[in-house]
Order: sequence, then structure tokens, then C-alpha cells
Amino acid sequence: MRREQDVLLKIRDAQTYFPVQKGLFKRTVGYVRAVDNVSLDVYRGETLGLVGESGCGKTTLGKSILQLVPVTGGQFIYNFDGEEKDLRKLSKDEMMQARKRLQIVFQDPYSSLNPSFTIFGSLQDPLKKFGVKSKEERRRIIGDLLEAVNLHREYMNRYPHEFSGGQRQRIGIARALSLQPELIICDEAVSALDVSIQAQVLNLLLELKEKHNLTYIFISHDLSVVEYMSDRIAVMYLGKIVELAQAEDLFANAMHPYTQALLSAIPVAEVGRRRKRIVLEGNVPSPVNPPPGCTFHPRCPYAMEVCKSRVPELKTYLIDGREHQVACHLAEKEAAKFVQPVETAEVEKNAAN
Amino acid sequence: MSRTRAARLNRKMDRLKMLEKEGLLKSREGSRAVGKFLQNKLAVVGLIVFALILLSSIFAPLITKYDPAMIDLRSRLSPPSREHLFGTDKLGRDVFARVLYGGRISILVGFGGALGAALVGVSLGTYAGYKGGWLDKILLRVSEIFMSFPQIILVLLLVSILGQSLWNLLVIFTITGWGSVYRMTRSQMLSIREEEYVQALKAFGLSDGLIAYKHMLPNALGPIMVNLTLSTAMFILEETALSFLGLGVPLQIPTWGNILNAAQDLTILQEAWWIWVPVGLVISAFVLSINFIGDGLRDAVDPTQQG
Amino acid sequence: MVYVDTILTVDNLHINFYTNNRCNEAVKGVSFQLKKGRTLCLVGESGCGKSVSASAIMRLLPPLSRIEEGRIIYHTDQGDIHLHELDPSGPEIRAIRGAEIAMIFQDPMTALNPVYTVGFQIREAFMYHAKMAKAAMQAKAVELLRAMRIPAPEQRVNEYIHQYSGGMRQRAMIAMAMACNPKILIADEPTTALDVTVQAQIFDLMNDLQQKHNAAILLITHDMGVVAELAHDVVVMYMGVAVENGPVEDVLTRPAHPYTSALLRSIPVLGQSKAQKLEPIRGSTPDPFNRPQGCQFHPRCDFATEQCLQEPETFSVSPNHTVRCWHYEKVLANA
Repeated sequence: MRREQDVLLKIRDAQTYFPVQKGLFKRTVGYVRAVDNVSLDVYRGETLGLVGESGCGKTTLGKSILQLVPVTGGQFIYNFDGEEKDLRKLSKDEMMQARKRLQIVFQDPYSSLNPSFTIFGSLQDPLKKFGVKSKEERRRIIGDLLEAVNLHREYMNRYPHEFSGGQRQRIGIARALSLQPELIICDEAVSALDVSIQAQVLNLLLELKEKHNLTYIFISHDLSVVEYMSDRIAVMYLGKIVELAQAEDLFANAMHPYTQALLSAIPVAEVGRRRKRIVLEGNVPSPVNPPPGCTFHPRCPYAMEVCKSRVPELKTYLIDGREHQVACHLAEKEAAKFVQPVETAEVEKNAAN
Repeated sequence: MSRTRAARLNRKMDRLKMLEKEGLLKSREGSRAVGKFLQNKLAVVGLIVFALILLSSIFAPLITKYDPAMIDLRSRLSPPSREHLFGTDKLGRDVFARVLYGGRISILVGFGGALGAALVGVSLGTYAGYKGGWLDKILLRVSEIFMSFPQIILVLLLVSILGQSLWNLLVIFTITGWGSVYRMTRSQMLSIREEEYVQALKAFGLSDGLIAYKHMLPNALGPIMVNLTLSTAMFILEETALSFLGLGVPLQIPTWGNILNAAQDLTILQEAWWIWVPVGLVISAFVLSINFIGDGLRDAVDPTQQG
Repeated sequence: MVYVDTILTVDNLHINFYTNNRCNEAVKGVSFQLKKGRTLCLVGESGCGKSVSASAIMRLLPPLSRIEEGRIIYHTDQGDIHLHELDPSGPEIRAIRGAEIAMIFQDPMTALNPVYTVGFQIREAFMYHAKMAKAAMQAKAVELLRAMRIPAPEQRVNEYIHQYSGGMRQRAMIAMAMACNPKILIADEPTTALDVTVQAQIFDLMNDLQQKHNAAILLITHDMGVVAELAHDVVVMYMGVAVENGPVEDVLTRPAHPYTSALLRSIPVLGQSKAQKLEPIRGSTPDPFNRPQGCQFHPRCDFATEQCLQEPETFSVSPNHTVRCWHYEKVLANA
């Protein structure tokens, strides 16, 4: 069931290709296809998990949404209180206003804060830029932000090195909240923290989402954490989305062979669950020279002839009334037996009616 | 490791263990960098010598009663004595006084040159290093051109155009020196640019200038400061060389280099050692001390060095 | 008690670090036993002392650190060797390193030499510990790479590590470590820097090697999932103390120490999604220079009492399962 009016961000055919330059004259000999024709919708109020291994493009996709990397193609249509505009086509002023709504929390607590500034110094400039003129007012707002992440107001006078990794991460979250955003990209926000601290930060993120009506795009390589946090999960491989479904559906009924292998590879902290592992052969291919057809086919235990030549489309299937998207020829073949793929255009037409 | 060294290390560790148990080591918070610096014996010695020479030059009138420019032909070329600690030169001027007052100019020129080069180099390097692109590429090539020019040629050129004066010397040092500061600042910027707090500032749409100068530059200052001290030493030596050749500061203003200039004359060199040996020693001591301080600073600020 | 199949005993190990003119008690009285053909995991968060304990076994501690107390005993067929008494750079320990006890590290890029071929580095292990002709060594190196499931080993043996992918580099490191069929393999977070699908490959390989050679594996990790799936025995460490020690089935299903129990409840388990409630451990790891008195965990512990100001003794929950906590019975009852 599509909720057309609740879509906060529509990504269509996003492409972020980085040129590879060689030689004295820096000729472009190829492209790293970090984000390769990604289309997805982000609904208001949801947590969309973005998961995959290194080089799959999830972090680049996150940064592309915020236009922090040079995006080479596609549309990022954001819903500004009902008005839809492409983030790539905004004027400088419009983009500046847009930045209030889109924020990001980074991975590395040791490089996410400026070591030469106090916390107040680090957090006050964005407030200044967006019109908070008086220093008192800024102090008050920053104090409130720190309390919102369970830190004392007085901490704003301290330097980053006086804080632990978990505390720094919370300060990073406070910073992301400072302009009252709508959408926050959590880019491996807990990956660098000790496991017992991860729980603190994860629970904080959930709490803040409730309180401030936030939408999260939660990027991580740790599927256990993503599954805990997310409503829907998108699995990426070599710059493409290979599967996208509700969290429970993904786990119970993974349709893409890569997702299945990923799920079986993850060690689970429960004794007696020594399951049969699907061990993938080979390594992730180079993103400069991806294999033809389905980029996963050289490692796929079920590869068919068609997989070597034709790129599978990300098709939407309705299973038990819920949407489940997969880009796989085998899934297409199997699914044709009992469920019809739902064409995107048809659904949008139905929803509009 | 030899047995005695191992035994000594063991004893040191035992002592630390005991002190830690008594809780005596906790108050040593303060600045780790200062502590590291003070541990470096050469750096401390350097600091003392540096301070000694600098203060002597600044308080020269309190130390010597002689006017460095006063000509007294009756006592010309007299060797060191109780009246003239370093003797007199061929115009009868007191050499000790000339060394003291000369220090003022030499240190000023050395430091001024380093500062000028730093101001230009850092201003350009910060922005170009952050932005990259064609600005950085052009400035990089320009700095290479300036750096590869033999300094003597440049000096001759500028002296012939601008004439010989203290200010011109500062200009020359700035022109020849900004290139290496630019490159160093730029490389610092390149690595700081990848830090996440910079990305966060970009995500807030803050202007490039604000990000580069206000937020990134303070973190690059460590190595720049070290470079500043070492450049000062280098420029003092250069001033000495230029003045020795007669191309530096005009001869009537005393500088260490100017004093050495007299040694161009072979008779002076051979028979009036007091004119050039003391000043040579002072220059060497000063430059060495700055180098030790610079090394100490660099090690103190370097977080990878264990202690 | 030393069992027949115990190959390494670590007894009451105390290690101090003396960097920056301070004294840090990094390891405080850790004891465990490695048994032949079994995998023991040292698990804990950053700063708990697990890596230091493992490095100490091979006498590879950094210069400004020292084993203060305790014994590390390697049980061989010819008798016991007291590793803690050997000269760290002497010939006895060097004869053991590589040949009988081998170690693999977290980052293969910095653990392997980029200017020598992989084959050369594997052959070095043979050169020091076995007397073989060059051709024989090269053939053995190719065999090893093949056993590590590296494709086209004849070609790969003459390549450099930058030509290998992350997973392959780790396998090359394991090949070097296994070259002389060591009895003990110490693996310090070997897969933390690798993708999870590659991690699965590496662990599969390590399991295989253990079964073939009956090697004992000491695996250091912070990931409880790895412990659950790979380990036979586990030692849980916190701030330098081994708080709980026992078979994996016991420790993970019936934890007796509040830290183990709290840690397990703070980790998301795949498959439970939103149904689970993550309970973070309150507070944070103390500053090693400002340690709590007595039990290191008590400021964050729900079971803490006055008694915890004294360092807990070691209690036996069952013959193989020990715990260092005054209130372990309450913890077990609470589960």
C-alpha cells in the first residue's frame, strides 16, 4: 500500500561516478560506479536501513543525498512541506535552506569534532548562520541540545578530547539536531563504538526519532544493528540496490542470493545456532570494471545464462500485502509462479485514484 | 638490550609502579606537550641559550655602555681587553656592543622574514589547499617557480631595482620563502579536509572561507609553528651570508652579518680574529639553539611519540 | 588442575604499561588454559587487555611494558617450558615462535611486508625453522596457498600483497602462520577489518585447519557472535580482569557475571528485529588511571554492594566454569 503523500524523498536513477585518472595528463580511463542507478523512496517517519559490504556504495549514496559529493546523474526529489523539488537543481539560497532539513551523523567519533574548539565553539556557527544572533540564545539552544542527548549543559565548555567515544557520538547527534532537521542520515553512526555503548546510542536515536518526528536513513555494514533499528532495509551490492523489503520480511524471506549469503555469514550471539553457512566464493569485483549483466553473477550459486548478459531490474512484488523489491532473474522466474510483479507506474496510478 | 640498560629500565618501572600506587602521579595533568618539551634536554638547553642571546640583545644598553656606531680611531683594531670585551674593529667601534645591538636587527630580520613568508604562505595555502581545483594547481606551479629561483640572483635583481635597505631584505625573504610554507600548509589542509567535522560543516552549508580559516587552520598550526622557528634560523643565516657579501642590510646598521663583512679583508681574517670569531660563535649558537627548540617543539606536539 | 590435553597454561598474569611516565595495570591476574584441538576466545571491549594478554604469550609486548607476576607455561611432550622466564629476544623463544606458536594480526596490510613477495615471506618461516632446499620450500609455499583456497597459487606465490584482496591477504598471513604446523595459533581480531562474507570464509578455513592439525586456537575478538559460533571455551575480560571463564554453552546461556550478562543483553541479535529490547550498560568504561576500588565493574553494576569494594575472589559455578564476582549466585538466579 503506497502512501504517496508521505514520501519525503524520491531518488530516481541516482548516479555518482568518480572518474579514474591516470598518466601525466590525468586522462580519464574509467569510472568508479559508486552509486549506479539507484531509485528508491523514503517515507516520512520511517527508518530506512541501508546495508552492504565495503565498496557497495551505501556511504556514497548517503553523502549523495546531502550533495556532499559530486553527483553525476539522477534526481533527488525532496518534499518541502508539500512542494517537491529536485535537490540537484536548487539555487544556492534554496540549497542553504534545504540544509536545515537534511543532516548527517558520522562514523568516527575521533574526527567528527574539531579538536581545537570547545563544544560550544563547534556547534555555534551553524546556529549563527541560520539567524540566531545573540550569544545567550545560542548558549541556551546548545545547552538544550546537550541535555536532549543526556549530557550536562556545562559540557559545552569542554574540549572533545575530554570526552569518550560514546559521548562524542552523542555530541555529533546533538549537532545534527541543532537546526531541527526532518531527515537524518546515520552513516555508520555506531560502528566505531564499543558494543555496550552502541546500545546507548541506538536507544537514544530511537528516542529522539519519536520525540522530534524524524526520518532516518540508517547506514551500516552490521545487519544485526540495522535490523534492530529499521522499518525497511535496502541491501546494496556494487552500487546497486539488490533487495528492499520490510525488516522482518528480509530476514524471514530473503529473495536475493547475495542477501541470503550475507544473512548466513553473520555470526549470531546465540549458542546452538551453528547454521549451515553459505560461503561465497571469490571477492567483490572492482567497481571500475564490474562484471556484465548482473554484477553478482560470478559469485552467485544460482547463476543462469541470462544473468551474464542482462542487468536485472529492481522489481516490486506484493507478498502478504507488503512490498518486497528484488533485482534478480531467478527471483523473477520463481516469483512468476505464484505472485505477479507490480509495475511501479500502475501502483502510483492506483494510489492517485 | 644490554643487561645494565634492562636493569635500569626495570628500576625505573618499579619506581613508577610505586609512585602510581601512592597516587602521586595523578596531578601531572597539565599540558602533556609542555612536559614532553621539558624532558628533551637539548631543547631546554636551546631555550636557555636562545633566551640569553635574545634578552642580551634587547637589553643591550643595560649591558654595555658603548655606542655601536661610535668611531674611536685611537683604539682601532685592539684585541679583547677589560675595556672592550670583544676588542674593536678597524674603525675603533666596540665589537661587543656591535654584536649585542646587531643581534636586534639580525633577529628582527630573521623572524620578520619568516613571519612574512608565513603570512603569505598560510593565507594562500589554507584556502587553496581546502578548495583544490585550478586555484591550487596554479599556485602550486607558481610556488615551485619561486622556490627554484636561486635566491642570490633574486636578491641581486631586487637590490638593483629597489636598492639596499632593511625593508627590502624583508620583502626578498618573504618572496623567496612563501613557497615552502604554502606547500606545507596546503598538505596539512589536504589531510584535515578529510576529517569528519569538516564534512559536517559542509553539511550545514557554511562558507568555504569560514570553514578553511576559522575551523581548519587552528589544527594545522602545530607544524606551521615549528616551521616558523626553523625558518627564522634559516633566514638569520641567509641575512648573515648576504650581509657578508655586502648585499644585505646597509653597512652602517650593525647586524651580525655586517660585522662578519669585515672579515672579507684577509688581514682582518688572519690578524684580528676577535672581529669575526665571537660573532660567528654567537650566530652558530643562536641558530643551533633555535633548531633544538624546533626539534623539541615538533616532538612535543607529535602524538605518536611514546614517552 | 592441568588436563592431559592442555597445551598452554596462563596463570595469574599481571602486566603493567609504563608509557608517558605513568603506570597502567593493563592485565590484572588473568588465568586460562588452552586445550589441544579447541578454540578459546578472549572477548571484551576496547581496553580490557585481551590483545596484551595474547601478545604476552609470544613475548611480543611493547618496550615500555612488563610482566609483573604470573606464569605462562607451554606444555610440550618434552616437558613444560616457562615462556614468561625466557628472554624476549633470545633464541629459545624465537625457536618457538612460528614453529610451535604462531600469531596472526588484525590488519594484513601492515602485518605483511609490502616489498617482498608472499612466497618469499612464507619461505622465511621455513628458512628459520626447517632445513629444506629452496625448490622444496617454494613447492611447500604453493601448497600452503592452495590449502588456504587461494586460486592460482603457482602464480600468486610470486606476487606482492598489494596485488591481493583483503581476504586473500589474511589468508596469506594464515598460510605463513601455519607453514610449520604450529600447535597453537593466536589470532588477534583477524577479521575485524574484513567484510562479513569474507569473515565467514576465513573462519571456515580456520575451523578446517583446526580439525586437520588438531591445533589449539586462541581467538581474540570483541564480537559475541563470533564467540558463539566459533569458540569452545570463552574468557570474558573487563578492564584487565578475567571476569568469567568457561565453556561457551555455559557462559553464554547462563552467565554468572553481571558484566557478561549485561553485555549479552545489550547486543542486537539477528532475527529478533524490533521484538528485542536492547539494554545498554549504564555509565562508561573507567579511566585506567582512575580505577574504581575493588571490583572494576561495580560502579556500573546492578548487583553492587559494599563488599564489591574488595576485589572479588574466583568462584566455581561448575568444574570448568569460574567467575570473579561476590554475587554470582544472584546473577544466576536472576536470569
